[in-house]
Amino acid sequence: MATTFAHRVCPDTGLKVCRNAEALIKANAVVAIVFLAIGGLFGLLVALTRWPAVHILPADLFYLALTAHGADILIFWIIFFEIAILYFASAVLLNCRLATPRFAWLAFALMLVGALMGNVAVLQGESSVMFTSYVPMQAAPHFYLGLILFAVGALIAVFVFFGTLVVAHQEKTYEGSIPLVTFGAVAAAIIAVYTIASGAIILIPTFLWSVGLIGEIDTLTYRVVWWGLGHSSQQINVAAHVAVWYAIAALTVGSKPLSEKVSRMAFLLYIAFLPIASAHHLLTDPGLSSEFKIFNTSYAIYLAVLASMIHGMSVPGAIEAAQRRNGFTQGVFGWLRNAPWGNPAFSGMFLSVVMFGFVGGISGVVLGTEQLNLLMHNTLYVTGHFHGTVAAGTTLAFMAITYLVIPLIFRRELILKRWCKWQPYLFGIGTFGISMLMMGAGTLGVSRRHWDMTFSDATLSFDYPPAAFLMMGLNGIFAVLATIGGIMFVVIVVGSVLAGKSRDAEAAKTSPIIFQGGGATIAGHGGEATLKLPGTVTLVTVFFISFVLYYFVNWKFLSEVWPLS
Amino acid sequence: MVDQDNSPQQGAPADGDDERVPPMQAILDNPFLLLFIGVAVPAVFYTIWGIMEIAAIPIAK
Ligand code: HEM
Ligand SMILES: [Cu+2]
Repeated sequence: MATTFAHRVCPDTGLKVCRNAEALIKANAVVAIVFLAIGGLFGLLVALTRWPAVHILPADLFYLALTAHGADILIFWIIFFEIAILYFASAVLLNCRLATPRFAWLAFALMLVGALMGNVAVLQGESSVMFTSYVPMQAAPHFYLGLILFAVGALIAVFVFFGTLVVAHQEKTYEGSIPLVTFGAVAAAIIAVYTIASGAIILIPTFLWSVGLIGEIDTLTYRVVWWGLGHSSQQINVAAHVAVWYAIAALTVGSKPLSEKVSRMAFLLYIAFLPIASAHHLLTDPGLSSEFKIFNTSYAIYLAVLASMIHGMSVPGAIEAAQRRNGFTQGVFGWLRNAPWGNPAFSGMFLSVVMFGFVGGISGVVLGTEQLNLLMHNTLYVTGHFHGTVAAGTTLAFMAITYLVIPLIFRRELILKRWCKWQPYLFGIGTFGISMLMMGAGTLGVSRRHWDMTFSDATLSFDYPPAAFLMMGLNGIFAVLATIGGIMFVVIVVGSVLAGKSRDAEAAKTSPIIFQGGGATIAGHGGEATLKLPGTVTLVTVFFISFVLYYFVNWKFLSEVWPLS
Repeated sequence: MVDQDNSPQQGAPADGDDERVPPMQAILDNPFLLLFIGVAVPAVFYTIWGIMEIAAIPIAK
């Protein structure tokens, strides 16, 4: 049954690495990181403009930079990286060849051309419509065309992933079910199909409208269908970064999920219910009924929230179980104190889990509640929330796994080991800061996507409380911190790939970078056979108490701004 | 390079046999069924429902 294809056997993990998959993982990851760098710098410019004392960009450039930041970082960085993850989770984890590598390269080319075209359009200044590109604001036609090409490319890549699953199944390169990490990637890929279909349905007519072939696009229909893209793409991220958490936990401390079955069921809940939460972007839109809003954002979505909580418990629980097995049994938190905090893959992953849950998760449930949403709709609170999910959560998780991708896939040693150690903390603290501070300013009413919070040239004056100004200043400082973390990351990656010592087969023994047997764990099956996890139980209890308190505090706020008497 | 692959082999207990796979696992093992669920649910509850409500809004005179 052993089919032959060009591959090498990884000396560190023992996995078969298909040469085509390897080259495509490298290409997609490198391009992703280039867009992270560009998008991150635009993020810094945006944050410096929103720092009242600095206010660096004039209004038109502010909106240009905001559009570039959103598109480069939320769409191009994340999705290129996710395609790399899909190829890894299919071909590499299933010990299989990548299906139709030519199509995979075609996908890559389309995505790259699309992303470049989008960037050119934005930089030319005629497309400062933000990445949401709400009609009737109109961008240049090549802005939409770039997004469409990018989406077509991504769709092809997703089908290469499905094709690889079929090949692996037919050639029987794995035993039983696919591994959990691959299953998480399946969830991400499925959500991607719905996401991209929504994008095509709305962006193709919008493109035709921009060249004058269609008279008008209905604004509300645009918002409904566009958010099928805009929100669901965030759920690709969630599914993908959860898969990355499991992968890193397996590779760094040898952990298996607490219960593989339960984790799989949680991914199934993602597949069925995550994308419908798109409705939370429409909570204040007229014309849509409360039934539609509440069904999609509350009843059904709590199933998806449940799934996230399962993963949020399962990952630290699995780490605790593994660490206790590894001999760190002291007290409640001995396993955590003795975790490999100096390993950036581990520290980045753990920070991502905690911040995604506490910052992004709790604020997301609050924002997704129809009544509470009124408190902070379209304020910077929203921006704070999703920097908790996509910056501190997804981006940090992807950075963390990059620290394994460089030695394992690029076969290079990391350079600047000290920087590597500190980078996740700097980026983590920076993004934690901007998330919390934007949420704070948003609670005081500061609007998002607004160039001048002093309203200096407005006819009617309005003053935000001084605390809001203070927070936006502090936000600028944390933005600088996050940017330093981001720059360190890019320097480490580029430096290691270009100038790192090449990692030979000996190195797997002399300087191992993954936990012994981690390769078999990540590609295999089974759960930790214990639930005696006092540390995780404590963490989860703290989480629930914070969650419930914060949720009800917001209902209290609501009753104050909206008194019923 | 020659190497073994991890395919089911040498008299492993008969757990690889298809008829013993529990129904839930069989569902989870079928990515295309999952793909159908993952596209149909949001298409019906979000996209179609949403657009039907918009279509039902009376046009201003
Ligand atoms: C150096 C790190 C970062 C900084 C300093 C930063 C800062 C900001 C600021 C200040 C805003 C604008 C708020 C407003 O005026 O509405 C913003 C918006 C945004 N950021 Fe970031 N951000 C960073 C990283 C990220 C990452 C990693 C992601 C996603 C992966 C991201 C995604 C977004 C998105 C989608 C928007 C909304 C754009 C829009 O409203 O059109 N940011 N960011
Ligand atoms: Cu959303």
